[in-house]
Amino acid sequence: MAPLVPSQEELDRRRLVDINPETVSNIPSTDFPGHWPGESHEWSLEKFKNDLKIEFHRNERFEASFSLIGVDASIANAFRRILMAEVPSIAIEFVFVHNNTSVIQDEVLAQRLGLIPLKGSVEGINWMRWFKKPTEDDPEGSNPADYNTIVLRLDVECTKNPDADPQEEDPRKLYKNAHVYAKDLTFHPVGRQDQFFVGMDTIQPVNPDILIAKLRPGQAIEMELHCIKGIGADHAKFSPVATASYRLLPDIKILRPIIGEDAKKFAKCFPSGVIGLEPVTREEAAQKGSGYEGHEGEQKAVVVDPFKDTVSRECLRHEEFQGKVKLGRMRDHFIFNIESVGQFESDSLFLESVKVLKLKCARWKRGLTDLMR
Amino acid sequence: MPASVHSEEQDQSMLDASAPQEQEEQTDVLELEEKRIVVLPGASDTAASFQFEGEGHTLGNALRYAIMKNPEVEFCGYTIPHPSETKMNLRIQTYDTTTATEALEKGLDTLMDLCDVVTDKFTTERDAFNASQGDRMEA
Repeated sequence: MAPLVPSQEELDRRRLVDINPETVSNIPSTDFPGHWPGESHEWSLEKFKNDLKIEFHRNERFEASFSLIGVDASIANAFRRILMAEVPSIAIEFVFVHNNTSVIQDEVLAQRLGLIPLKGSVEGINWMRWFKKPTEDDPEGSNPADYNTIVLRLDVECTKNPDADPQEEDPRKLYKNAHVYAKDLTFHPVGRQDQFFVGMDTIQPVNPDILIAKLRPGQAIEMELHCIKGIGADHAKFSPVATASYRLLPDIKILRPIIGEDAKKFAKCFPSGVIGLEPVTREEAAQKGSGYEGHEGEQKAVVVDPFKDTVSRECLRHEEFQGKVKLGRMRDHFIFNIESVGQFESDSLFLESVKVLKLKCARWKRGLTDLMR
Repeated sequence: MPASVHSEEQDQSMLDASAPQEQEEQTDVLELEEKRIVVLPGASDTAASFQFEGEGHTLGNALRYAIMKNPEVEFCGYTIPHPSETKMNLRIQTYDTTTATEALEKGLDTLMDLCDVVTDKFTTERDAFNASQGDRMEA
């Protein structure tokens, strides 16, 4: 028996998550075999290929926005979670303090340094291996080497500026190196690192103006900083994204006509550009039972761009719109927004997350073949 | 460099350390480490609980979805039994036509195929978008 195919109307209904004044309903996905009697819903790569759509809205170097349409929430969420916690990047992890006479304590300074986002040749970062920390099972750990550790140094000493005006009050002019910035970090390539990290591609802070410490004459900081590759699950400083989020595409349906003053009020319930006003046409006014009879030329509310809606549900609070509007969200339309910290380009970060998920599956599959033997 | 109270070996600066004679490209432990799936007690051919060490909701939910898409699977669900242990349990019950292990393998394959499709589509769409943006800039 051929599987039942539901009507388009029914499919559209299933695509929506309903948003009511106080609740949400029709929440879980139901596209599984066995859920709807007689329907198939079996996984089909061909069908997935045809249904999947990706639309770009913005693609700047460090911020990308695109719609991922036709995937389940569990998949979209896996990509989002991987972006934040499992795509590797480099950050300062070990700080060797040779001298620190500033007022900021060693451990506080080390913590601040760790959070400075770094950038460098992507090729070089991909070439780098993990630095394994000693654990109970493996008290040895890895030794620092060119393929797992990047060395930065911070050597600053504050001195009086002999050329300063005696009346000067700004410490930055009165002293030299009164403020220590991220740009004072210097990169010292070891081994093969100078093949990758050269010119513009040297390891450097993304933002050179991050204030690290303030000094006064006689105070000095001298430290060696070791950067390693890590993932956001271990520490947020390794996360390559500032934000990685998605929202579902809002859906607004006007069930019964909203005309005149009401239409203006209705439009005001939404961010600008979501609802538009159009005059009622002669045909609409002539149609019996349309609700437009005798309103020719008056303004009616129409949905222009639900993408811009924030789903504030303001329209559901007003008496005059009761039963005239239905809010919802598209279950399988994910509007992603990915903002890179600066090490990788934002669009390549998403590809990276897909790669990580695939790698995970491949690794577990290898573990599974052991089990089956 | 200031004298150190610690043993020289421990505190040696990386810059001063002599390069290892042979650049032993140590095999990447974290990347190649064999992942072992544990089958929890009480399993039969068609019903089993698998324990994944070091996984969470990321793989758990995605894998659950992929396995549930298989019509030979009667039930699939996952849980993280305790938040402070990085373990994920996946329960699969199948009909007689297959086994739980096969369903799991098929689920992993499904996910991998899905990833390929997403990568392909994303790359083509991005390139098309970048090209159209470039045109607009020139115009």
